[in-house]
Amino acid sequence: MTACALAVLAVLILIVYELISRSGLSWHAFGFKFFASSEWDPVSEKFGALPFIYGTLVSSLVALVIAVPLSVGVAVFTTEMCPKAFRGPLSFFVELLAAIPSVIYGLWAMFVLVPLLSTKVEPFLGKTLGWTGLFTGAPYGIGMLAAGIILAIMIIPIISSITREVLLVVPQQQREGVLALGATRWEMIRVGVLRNARAGILGGIILGLGRALGETMAVTMVIGNRPEIAKSLFAPGYTMASVLANEFSEATGDTYLSALIEIGLALFLVTIVVNALARLLVWSVTRGQPAKGSA
Amino acid sequence: MHATAQTVSPISLRRRVTDHAMTGVAMLTVLLVLAPLVAIFGYLMYRGIGSINWAFLTQTPKPVGEAGGGMANAIVGSIFILGIASLIGVPFGVGAGVYLAEFGRNRFGSAIRFTADVLNGVPSIVIGIVGWSILVRGRGFSALAGGVALAIMMVPTISRTTEEMLLLVPTAMREAAYGLGIPRWRTTLSITLRTATSGVITGIMLAFARIAGETAPLLFTAFGNTFWNWKATQPTAALPLQIYVYANSPYDDWHRQAWAGSFVLIVLIVTAVAAVRYAVRRGSFGAA
Repeated sequence: MTACALAVLAVLILIVYELISRSGLSWHAFGFKFFASSEWDPVSEKFGALPFIYGTLVSSLVALVIAVPLSVGVAVFTTEMCPKAFRGPLSFFVELLAAIPSVIYGLWAMFVLVPLLSTKVEPFLGKTLGWTGLFTGAPYGIGMLAAGIILAIMIIPIISSITREVLLVVPQQQREGVLALGATRWEMIRVGVLRNARAGILGGIILGLGRALGETMAVTMVIGNRPEIAKSLFAPGYTMASVLANEFSEATGDTYLSALIEIGLALFLVTIVVNALARLLVWSVTRGQPAKGSA
Repeated sequence: MHATAQTVSPISLRRRVTDHAMTGVAMLTVLLVLAPLVAIFGYLMYRGIGSINWAFLTQTPKPVGEAGGGMANAIVGSIFILGIASLIGVPFGVGAGVYLAEFGRNRFGSAIRFTADVLNGVPSIVIGIVGWSILVRGRGFSALAGGVALAIMMVPTISRTTEEMLLLVPTAMREAAYGLGIPRWRTTLSITLRTATSGVITGIMLAFARIAGETAPLLFTAFGNTFWNWKATQPTAALPLQIYVYANSPYDDWHRQAWAGSFVLIVLIVTAVAAVRYAVRRGSFGAA
């Protein structure tokens, strides 16, 4: 038993060791400039990760902007508003979204979401919100917006299930107390429930962010895979995870490989920090409560 | 005293309207979240059922661009790789979970628990790279490397659910066993673990459902193969990989097969998840 527990630790150490030792070449060649340069030229062996970092951050941000209000809304509805009989089935359906493999999301996005975006949604956004500069350019469908939307769909079950868990541990007296003061149901939810649960909800959001940052397949299939930094969300981009998926098995030359592994290392470190933060927040809220099965 | 009963002031119109409006907004979010679910499953059924045929389930892929053929080798390859992953991941996961529940009430236990959570959050593509770095570099792609990469993803889920389930077993049962003079290891195996079996299996199935559709860790480990392969040391086809390759191809017939493959994959996963929920509802520990 102890050996198994040690194995868990050993695997993590092994991951860190492999990533650090194999990315050394690129680290020595480029140093910190690796994260500030946007030149990605395998032929002349010049590597800069900025476009991928930008793409990862922007696509995840778009996903959060879409997913957070929806997930919190669903969680509030299932815990506070909907009749008891519907609670179970409703959360089951939302969690079913989590059971769909990434590659199937990608397939659906390629053949359903992207055409929809390019023929309907993007022309409309371009006309109404084009002045912001975020929605300009040719509506190809494929690009940052498509990646953000598909990521949003994928992280909604994570954020909403954690939010639900956190809302459930808000003491019932809290609700009754606010209602007794004459609050309407919504005021009770806002003042008595959401305000109390904010740290935990933030934890859920960050956990969703962690998932979005590392998500690979669906994003790779719709983001366009071009290492460019563009302001418009219609433009194609590239993420850290998708450059690994696309170029790793074709990388020729040690520096190229090493640069890709350094991107992997950076992705790993970022997700670890993000996840640790999220766990801490969720734990601070649900601490002392009996563990709930996640099934 | 002259009790002009202070009439309770009625809730203002603005507050009532806000209340109803927010209820409406919450319902709207539910609809917006369920819409993609319905759209994805609906389209998957529509394209998947229409695309599946006998050849798809029994043949290997045809040469590039040629219509026909199937994913039989990928279906079997997936089962092969998932089998390897389970063989490695389940014992380690359950073992670590037992350790955490029975012997892990200390700092080392907390460290392991935290490590498992961190490992759970590592992006699957990074696991794929490490799998490549350890098992593929200099040796070549193999089903074994794919299985190990997926096993790494199984362990954290299994260990944490195993721990949770074992902690639900009443301490009195352990004490009763000790009282009968049964050694601690025997108590753990025959009493505690045995009592929590259904819960532990739930955890295993959840982990299995999670890795069954994983593509990223297999890209540089199992790699894929257009032919049958029965050797753990050779590149092996997997259903998610094949779907990915076919989806990105320019051929209509391959797109059709990608949908058929997705349908087969989702049927496998949903069956597993539904079976788990059914088992949990019937099992003795699910309700706790």
